Amino acid sequence: MAAAAHALYSDAIRRRWRRPAHRGDLPGATATAEDVNPLCGDRVRFAVQVSDGTIAAARFTGDSCAICTASADVVAELAIGRATADAARLGTEDVLEVLQADVKPTRMRCLTLPISVLGMALAR
Amino acid sequence: MRLDELTRGDFPILERVVNGRPLVYLDSGASSQKPRSVIEAMSRYYERSHANVHRSIHTLGEEATELYELARDRVQRFIGAARREEVVVTRGTTDGLGLVAETLGRTLRPGDELVVTELEHHSNLIPWQLVARDRGAVLKAVPVRADGTLDLDALDRLLGPKTRVVAFAHVSNVLGTINPVQAIVRRARAVGALTVVDGAQAAPHLRLDMSALECDFYVFSAHKMLGPTGIGVLYGRYDVLSRLEPGRGGSEMIKEVWIDRAQWNDLPWRYEPGTPPIAEAVGLTAAIEYLEKLGMDRVAQHEQMLAARAVRGLAALPGVRVFGPAAEQPRGAVVAFAVDGLHPHDVAALLDQDGIAVRAGHHCAQPLMRCLGVAGTTRASFSVFNSPNEVDQLVGAVGALHTKL
Repeated sequence: MAAAAHALYSDAIRRRWRRPAHRGDLPGATATAEDVNPLCGDRVRFAVQVSDGTIAAARFTGDSCAICTASADVVAELAIGRATADAARLGTEDVLEVLQADVKPTRMRCLTLPISVLGMALAR
Repeated sequence: MRLDELTRGDFPILERVVNGRPLVYLDSGASSQKPRSVIEAMSRYYERSHANVHRSIHTLGEEATELYELARDRVQRFIGAARREEVVVTRGTTDGLGLVAETLGRTLRPGDELVVTELEHHSNLIPWQLVARDRGAVLKAVPVRADGTLDLDALDRLLGPKTRVVAFAHVSNVLGTINPVQAIVRRARAVGALTVVDGAQAAPHLRLDMSALECDFYVFSAHKMLGPTGIGVLYGRYDVLSRLEPGRGGSEMIKEVWIDRAQWNDLPWRYEPGTPPIAEAVGLTAAIEYLEKLGMDRVAQHEQMLAARAVRGLAALPGVRVFGPAAEQPRGAVVAFAVDGLHPHDVAALLDQDGIAVRAGHHCAQPLMRCLGVAGTTRASFSVFNSPNEVDQLVGAVGALHTKL
């Protein structure tokens, strides 16, 4: 049972859920976006600071589960320093590679919500 | 013998092992499991008697029609309806509430008022939002008090000469609050409003008697009361159903049709357009017969015992907040709770690792979640086959959650 729980919530998910490095407000943000997961009411807000077509800073806030929080933390980490066009192409595989977790179909929306919210912020 | 000891062997799915543990199914509030008698009745119908109903002039057509109409009689008895014409077959609670809203919506004028409550399931809110928007009507909501009950003084202030409809849940799908149907109905009737009761969480759990509740409409699903998915019931008072124009049209619901007009069929078929869920009606009959054999008073007593045990056990855990009425108060078969620092989805996913199935999220009641100040909750719900030991397993597993994430 412990092994099964471990597979569902990888060490990376636990670590990032407990202490997300990129959670918080971003003063000086150039664009923000927010969306909810209609299944559970999870809410994620992304703020980015874009300078010369590159993401200089990205932070997230919101009410979210462990998978969603960990995913948002990874998305922010992967986005920082990338060209906006490059960051907009981030996908579920990129996040799963970092999280090393077996995310079931019913929870996949928890993982994809931060990706789509970042995309919305970058489209503004 | 306790009800779970009596019934457990009748539910084949309870033999399943989930994540290495025997299944503890505490999600009947979302959809209950089915006894063998329901599954077999539906298989037998498809293997021996299936045909379309009402207009197939052959042996199977007769058998199917007889079985379909038998379900109506069983429902009539089960809910204490005065006449069989008051029982309309729908596809489920959401479908039934939509049918009532669309039917009553046609009678609304700009400025008419509709009253709902803050604890409604979206299925008893959105249809009213839609008709209010279409007809220029005004939608108002009765607030929920801190103890999970409706503020009936506020209801009195909301009711007035323009109130046309009062729609509310019999039992809250989140809090488990059992609302005083008759008291609300009488207040609504005093201002000339019709009443619509969402009985989705009550029909599986309480003995129903339409003559005692006095409401104009009562709606529920089969799949939460041991029956199949895809069928539900709309009870409507005969005099109300007979004076309204049907909200939806199609085959079956007409007597004679011209290009520009039609004459409606008799009740209840006037409100049943299209081929109905026939096998599901057979399953509903079997589910009602199963519940009646147990006795609904006994069912309610068993489920209330489980719910009270869950409330006491969960509320005693540090960092766990239980919503709704206190343990000693009457409640439906649902218990919603929050665990400090853990998201409801994570709670449900971790409990699933122990083979325990619960619901997590906003439970299709986002306005109520806002009142409670939470994004979502975790909900355990109970049926006849659940045991006190399963409740204790839930409480033990919730108590150990923080060590797992």
